[in-house]
Amino acid sequence: MGGSTTVAAATAPALEVRRESGQREVFCGLTSIVWLHRRMPDAFFLVVGSRTCAHLIQSAAGVMIFAEPRFGTAILGERDLAGLADANEELDRLVADLLQRRPEIRTLFLVGSCPSEVIKLDLAKAAERLNTRLAGQVRVLNYTGSGIETTFTQGEDQALLAMVPLMPRAPAAPAAEGAAPAAAQELLIVGTLADAVEDRLISLFGRMGIERVRSLPPRHSRDLPAIGPGTRVLLAQPFLSATARALTALGAQLISAPYPLGVEGSAAWMAAAAATFGLDDARVAAVLDPLVERGRRAVAPHREILEGKRLFLLPDSQLELSLARFLQRECGMELVEVGTPYLDRALLESELALLPAGTPLTEGQHVENQLDRVRAARPDLVVCGLGLANPLEAEGIATKWSIELVFSPIHGCDQAGDLAELFSRPLRRRNLLRFS
Amino acid sequence: MELTLWTYEGPPHVGALRIAASMEGVHLVLHAPQGDTYADLLFTMIERRQRRPPVTYTTFQARDLGGDTAELVKRSIQEAVDRFQPEALLVGESCTAELIQDQPGSLAAGMDLGGAPVVSLELPAYSKKENWGAAETFYQLVRHLLKAQMPAPGTPPPSPQRWRAEGRRPRVNLLGPSLLGFRCRDDVRELTRLLGAEGIDVGVVAPLGARPADLARIPAADANVCLYPEVAGSVCSWLERRFGQPVVRTVPIGIGATRDFLGELRQVLGMEEQPMAPESSSQLPWYSRSVDSTYLTGKRVFIFGDATHAIAAARVASRELGFEVVGLGSYSRELARDVRAAARELGLEALISDDYLEVERAMAEAMPELVLGTQMERHSAKRLGIPCAVISSPLHVQDVPARHAPQMGWEGANELFDSWVHPLMMGLEEHLIGMFRHDFEFVEGHRSHLGGQAPAEPATAPASTVALASGSPGPASEERTPVGTSDPSWDPTGEAELAKIPFFVRGKVRRNTEAYAREQGLALIDGEALYAAKAHFSA
Ligand code: SF4
Ligand code: SF4
Repeated sequence: MGGSTTVAAATAPALEVRRESGQREVFCGLTSIVWLHRRMPDAFFLVVGSRTCAHLIQSAAGVMIFAEPRFGTAILGERDLAGLADANEELDRLVADLLQRRPEIRTLFLVGSCPSEVIKLDLAKAAERLNTRLAGQVRVLNYTGSGIETTFTQGEDQALLAMVPLMPRAPAAPAAEGAAPAAAQELLIVGTLADAVEDRLISLFGRMGIERVRSLPPRHSRDLPAIGPGTRVLLAQPFLSATARALTALGAQLISAPYPLGVEGSAAWMAAAAATFGLDDARVAAVLDPLVERGRRAVAPHREILEGKRLFLLPDSQLELSLARFLQRECGMELVEVGTPYLDRALLESELALLPAGTPLTEGQHVENQLDRVRAARPDLVVCGLGLANPLEAEGIATKWSIELVFSPIHGCDQAGDLAELFSRPLRRRNLLRFS
Repeated sequence: MELTLWTYEGPPHVGALRIAASMEGVHLVLHAPQGDTYADLLFTMIERRQRRPPVTYTTFQARDLGGDTAELVKRSIQEAVDRFQPEALLVGESCTAELIQDQPGSLAAGMDLGGAPVVSLELPAYSKKENWGAAETFYQLVRHLLKAQMPAPGTPPPSPQRWRAEGRRPRVNLLGPSLLGFRCRDDVRELTRLLGAEGIDVGVVAPLGARPADLARIPAADANVCLYPEVAGSVCSWLERRFGQPVVRTVPIGIGATRDFLGELRQVLGMEEQPMAPESSSQLPWYSRSVDSTYLTGKRVFIFGDATHAIAAARVASRELGFEVVGLGSYSRELARDVRAAARELGLEALISDDYLEVERAMAEAMPELVLGTQMERHSAKRLGIPCAVISSPLHVQDVPARHAPQMGWEGANELFDSWVHPLMMGLEEHLIGMFRHDFEFVEGHRSHLGGQAPAEPATAPASTVALASGSPGPASEERTPVGTSDPSWDPTGEAELAKIPFFVRGKVRRNTEAYAREQGLALIDGEALYAAKAHFSA
């Protein structure tokens, strides 16, 4: 099957989803700290948890050698477990200490973990208490990154959700939908993007005629964009269910679009924003057409490698559906199974419409059974976490480790070639290596 | 509650995982929340293993907490046994599961699992750590598997010299090597070769590579070699008590220690003394004596790691390389006594701490020219601009190299020489930078044999700045706000003279001069004062 870059599958029947439960081989939401602390260097992430949580973050961030750590763990001890009142006092003491030594911190995130949630340590209250005490010098927020509540990228969703109440309210609403002049509207891109990608997308929107574009999360934790009925929200990442809901509850309008992965997805994503702002078609096309043409040229050499290859995606980040759509439609891959840790149908409506009928979708995981399916299908490429990648390689199955996808600049038409390269590289490498 | 930026050890269940993953035919069922499977990466990525660690996690989520998590535990145990058919099953909890108290061990005991031995682990996650967890797991497993063989109390212990009567070569077990231990793979290879050449056979190596059936053969050896006391200390003591097996406790890292180790082993086994010629077996003694190494004399070195490696490194550094050890410490509280004793011999007070910032402060204060530490000390050494080599876990992927890189035995000593001397500036470069300071390429702090361009920052940061910048509980606050009056300041001639001191000792000279000025009541330090201090301290 060759896939297609031209046919839109708008009439695809609703895809069925297999729900699976069992052992899940996924990260917890704490892992999001690894990229969020780089996005907002003036914030500090304090996990309240156990030695396990501390060990997790350092294992995930361990290759970076730090002169200035920007995250840490308040490790609960036996005394804290014995008396919660004590635990609260301890936390206050520890935060006071931390802030005295790092006066430049502007925002402090108290991040909840499995242990802190199981013992019902109320971090929301702690944040409130500390905010009063610190009186504006530092903002203290809280969110959960626990494994029992969040999977991997959902940690970012929770962190952004915690910032929403602090966003300034934008001035009054336009009378009716679409009636407001574009100038009164602001475009809000939600979801962490690489700096260079963000700059590029903002300048492209500017060329199309959208003047006011802001991002959440911002680069400085206190520089929060305004929100209100004039705000049009464009999600850059598919894992932001809670944040999207909170933003729409404040009157913002969500733009429905596929996610900006690949040429097609990125172009559709930008076009959806342009349509919302009622921009001039010709002007939009003048920006997008060359991007699309160039993007396709960049993808082409990788398509040569990927075309006809069979792909199996294990659940990890919720990026799986968008990746599958890109790899199937633009790179000609065949989809054996698309796993996702969590499927928000509302946010993925546009992606689901672009997947071919009959695509086997799985929500949740029973890792042993899923690996049995992998082995039975012997796909050409498996997208999976680092806990599984080398063992599968040793079984002779090519893999692409998925975490790289949240650490790499992959959004936008200009990045489509790089994105395709991430998948063609392991296959190219296998062809390259010779030991005889 | 305790603020932790970096932790030297993981939680105790990671220690249990290390034992299970090191062995064959053992499976661990761990009651743990979704997300704790991150630990698999330690084995698949850092150790670069070709298969998943033999662990089944229950991975419960919040919605399971309302329901029957005990049922989930039982299901996971049953599935693990059915699928993997282990020869021995370990059952334990992670920190979160410990809080909900499902007692997975007793649940397993009440199940019909087809007869495989089941070992229930108690791993107190809020008071103990990784190495303790590994030692405890290894001990419980061995104890469980050897229960049936235990001699009746009062039975005289077997003679460690019975090999003679039995007409065979003496045989010893190597206990302690495990995954995520430092260079265990190659240490085992090196020692097996070395012992073979001495006429000694290796019986069981465990946990690394052993099956439960191998553990059952432990009593058949004449002695146990306790290679890594952090992991095997308690097992060896128990075997000594219950089976009368003597334990060889010298850890053969370095030339002297390897000789002592062989001496101790021969004595225990009742073998003849052998004249030993390490010079023909290892390059270290000659390399260290050769004139090229003269400049290593008195290099100030700060050592931190697990107790085993820190103690061994101190001996090698001070006696075999001619360094001056200016700091020695360990995060292994269980072996603190041994570290203290080793430090005392060097006229030092040992630093026993698992607080990374305290270690960083001690390092900054000692102003070493070389740091021998763990992966964590790389962070501090980087901020202080001090060359650093890793000698102990915790480690990262670069410390599980493809090449043969033991720490133990003769070849291990070669590896120590190369890897510790490499980060230092080579002698010629050191001289030339001391003489000519205006070079556009070989600027200060540059170590051209490392291929880098950027000069390292000299290690001049006083402890107070370090604590401030590193952002965590540090020294008492009066240390952070210098009480201006008594502190001497530098005048331009003083600064100029200071700049002439080679960068790697400049920190120490600065501190000594300031101390001298305070002592003499000088408010301003000029060039003369610096030279006066220099004479004062070398006198
Ligand atoms: S899964 Fe829970 S206990 Fe484990 S590291 Fe994440 S938050 Fe901590
Ligand atoms: S991917 Fe490999 S090198 Fe990177 S953090 Fe993980 S183990 Fe370390």
